[in-house]
Amino acid sequence: MNLFDIVIIGGGIVGTSIARELSRYRLSLALLEKESELAFGVSKSNSGIIHPGTQNPVNSLKGRLCVQGNFLIRKIARDLGVDFKEVGELIVAFNEEEASRLVEIKKDAEKLGVPKLKIVGRKWLRIHEPNLSGEAVKALYAPTAGIISPYRMVYDLAENAVANGVEIHTETKVESIVRSNHFEIFTTKGAFKARYIINASGLYADEVSKMAGIDDFKIRPRKGEEFILDKKKEYLTNHLLFPLPSKVSKGFLVIKTSDGNPMIGPTAEDILDKTDLATTDMGFKKVLIAARRLIPSIDENDIIAYFAGLRPVAGDDFIIRHEEKAPGFINVAGIQSPGLTAAPTIALMVVNILKRAGMKLKKKPDFIGKRKKTIHLFAMPLERTRKLIEKDSTYGDMVCRCEMVSIREIRDAIGRGARTLDGIKFRTRAQAGRCHGSFCTTRIMKILSQELKKSLTEVTKRGGASEVIKGERS
Amino acid sequence: MAAAISAFENGARDILLLERDQYLGGILNQCIHTGFGINYFKEVLTGPEYADRFIKKIKAIPEIEISLKSFVVKLTKNNVITYLKPGSLEEVKAKAIIMATGARERTREMVHIAGTRPSGIFSAGLAQKLINIEGLLPGKEVVIIGSGDIGLIMARRFVLEGAKVKGVIEIERRTRGLARNVVQCIEDFDIPFYLSHKVSKIHGKDRVEAVEVVRVNEGLNEVPDSKFKIECDTVLISVGLIPENELIEMAGVELDRKTNSPVSGELNKTSIPGLFVCGNAFKIYDIVDSVSKDSSLAGRRAVEHIAGQA
Ligand SMILES: Cc1cc2nc3c(=O)[nH]c(=O)nc-3n(C[C@H](O)[C@H](O)[C@H](O)COP(=O)(O)OP(=O)(O)OC[C@H]3O[C@@H](n4cnc5c(N)ncnc54)[C@H](O)[C@@H]3O)c2cc1C
Ligand SMILES: Cc1cc2nc3c(=O)[nH]c(=O)nc-3n(C[C@H](O)[C@H](O)[C@H](O)COP(=O)(O)OP(=O)(O)OC[C@H]3O[C@@H](n4cnc5c(N)ncnc54)[C@H](O)[C@@H]3O)c2cc1C
Repeated sequence: MNLFDIVIIGGGIVGTSIARELSRYRLSLALLEKESELAFGVSKSNSGIIHPGTQNPVNSLKGRLCVQGNFLIRKIARDLGVDFKEVGELIVAFNEEEASRLVEIKKDAEKLGVPKLKIVGRKWLRIHEPNLSGEAVKALYAPTAGIISPYRMVYDLAENAVANGVEIHTETKVESIVRSNHFEIFTTKGAFKARYIINASGLYADEVSKMAGIDDFKIRPRKGEEFILDKKKEYLTNHLLFPLPSKVSKGFLVIKTSDGNPMIGPTAEDILDKTDLATTDMGFKKVLIAARRLIPSIDENDIIAYFAGLRPVAGDDFIIRHEEKAPGFINVAGIQSPGLTAAPTIALMVVNILKRAGMKLKKKPDFIGKRKKTIHLFAMPLERTRKLIEKDSTYGDMVCRCEMVSIREIRDAIGRGARTLDGIKFRTRAQAGRCHGSFCTTRIMKILSQELKKSLTEVTKRGGASEVIKGERS
Repeated sequence: MAAAISAFENGARDILLLERDQYLGGILNQCIHTGFGINYFKEVLTGPEYADRFIKKIKAIPEIEISLKSFVVKLTKNNVITYLKPGSLEEVKAKAIIMATGARERTREMVHIAGTRPSGIFSAGLAQKLINIEGLLPGKEVVIIGSGDIGLIMARRFVLEGAKVKGVIEIERRTRGLARNVVQCIEDFDIPFYLSHKVSKIHGKDRVEAVEVVRVNEGLNEVPDSKFKIECDTVLISVGLIPENELIEMAGVELDRKTNSPVSGELNKTSIPGLFVCGNAFKIYDIVDSVSKDSSLAGRRAVEHIAGQA
């Protein structure tokens, strides 16, 4: 068993951002993930917003990391070929009292370094956001807010990290950690040895930390339910729309997503069960009412899908630190919102922590900084599709009719690590459209079974006991 | 096929039939039960047999060019069609276009059932395809939401495959399906049939584990204290079909927001001259016999339109 310089636990946006950042250096690195694929934890179910940094306490760590993350993610997205769109956000006030709070929010955000903020009035709103409620009187406009596909970001970070030598082990759940000269990490797939451990295990960061003897924080899940609208409504809004924030959340938003579908939500409810991803009738009602306050034309028949995600909350702020009581063990815990935005800066912060903890970091001369952009026909004009098909006819063999995904893209996704129906969906959008896979699920199952040399009964929705069929007909 | 044949019989001589699948016949191919053709052919046929009658007829007409694996991706208001074929992207302009693109099933999300999203939730049509075409068994303990014909037929299909159907749950006071299907598929097999009930929640982490069922009153509101759980590993959703009309919408045809049918004064017509819609794409039909009959009319209308232009 070889000794890794660093083992990262957790393959969400935080773990993969750290892995990719560390892969610039001469280090032996491994990332361990308990699920069948990366991004199956919190990082798959969020709003996909690259926040500008507004609505954070002035002295918070998360606020500072968010503002810088918003800046850094642009280059990373460009280098890795992930689509980032700077759509801007509006925090909307419905009366003069609310409008005066906008001034405070603006002041706080400017102290954190959020650029280009502006308060806009009715006339501006009518021109730039015509579907917004006529009751809106003013809004704080933050033009640097953007949107990204959170899971495609994770997959592309991971792919680049692997290209730079990082080992990724999925279905590898860390169960205990023993410390002697180095760490021994016992998992469901054998033991790993490491000099340093970075704990980026999301909702389970408290449990993993406890394995290393650090037991001074608890992760409490805060549920967020989100409701996705039909892609036909893509241009419902031009910006991300926020109401005034409350203490626990940024409120119910009207969101633009990089897949085109608008989304409304999320709720914010503290719960106990870290696996409770159920949506509720109550959440549905609340979100719909709140979203219609912003955009009155939203209709419940526009909703085509929904999900819930859990924010890993440990107090009010992120916990990112080297544990002196367990030298070599670094916690990256409590990464609630805006963790997606902050991830690039979190990675840099971890590099600095490692340096301070005595790790010698030397840059690799042969670091590969870029990756080739993944081809998605849905994001392409028909003329380019024509050229692709003429070169490779499998681009013309459509598997998913609603979202236009070809067999070539599905095979590519499997080549890049997709192992399950959800993995294919997150990477390619196949099954994510109006019919929810009614037409293409069987075909995708067959492709998975052929490419992975598995029987159809072994194909799962998202790993574990989520097999799709219960048997073959006798 | 019915529209193409009728267009030919009414005088058209240059007809192109585009089908994205490898076979003609559409949804009929997976309907291996009987009950097709009683009106149209005065015979009781299975779905594939019914389709085969049309396939034989259409193949005997050389003026109809059949292009399989041809997936239409775009339609414009001056009747230009763009479609994908293995190896190429084609464009054709036609004097008249008939869209017979069928329907898709309404989803669990469209009826807003709360709970988790595990594996084991299928549209009834997908389950039908898995069993009848692929030879796979989606689950062993099944609850069916909605009592449309597909759901009823699938209830029987699962029982015949050795699975246990633990209930069919219908929110309305009566079934949405044909009376004969209730008798032949539910009553004959002693399957519990819950009218005026709805599934309020789906439970399960990786795979479906149970559903929560509750009685509803006339206003479809939940009756207090009437909740109970049914354990199952599979949920079928059979809550109706919705016309597949995104292409004509792209071309500018106005669709009814609720039904997704073209807003139209007359059968098969749309707001764009020369663009016709027939079959389940125009409105959801109970039986295929009426689809064939009405689609023949669409073929005639298309020919009349071309004649009127000349
Ligand atoms: C509803 C909602 C909306 C949000 N919206 C936004 C937004 O718009 N913008 C934004 O910036 N942020 C947003 N966030 C926050 C953001 O999603 C999270 O901060 C971020 O995804 C956290 O990433 P992570 O890598 O820490 O966690 P995760 O993605 O959960 O990654 C941790 C990984 O560790 C794995 N793991 C756990 N235990 C073990 C073990 N023992 N062994 C091996 N692996 C293990 C897990 O399976 C998981 O894959 C939102 C969050 C929610 C819930
Ligand atoms: C499960 C089930 C059970 C049924 N049981 C009965 C019964 O017992 N008795 C009875 O009489 N009727 C029954 N019916 C109803 C009957 O089968 C249907 O109403 C009828 O077959 C619909 O025909 P259609 O041509 O309108 O649609 P479809 O058969 O759906 O045909 C549409 C065709 O258009 C193609 N298409 C769509 N979009 C494109 C595109 N963009 N490019 C190229 N091609 C495209 C599709 O691939 C498909 O082949 C049943 C239906 C179902 C679904």
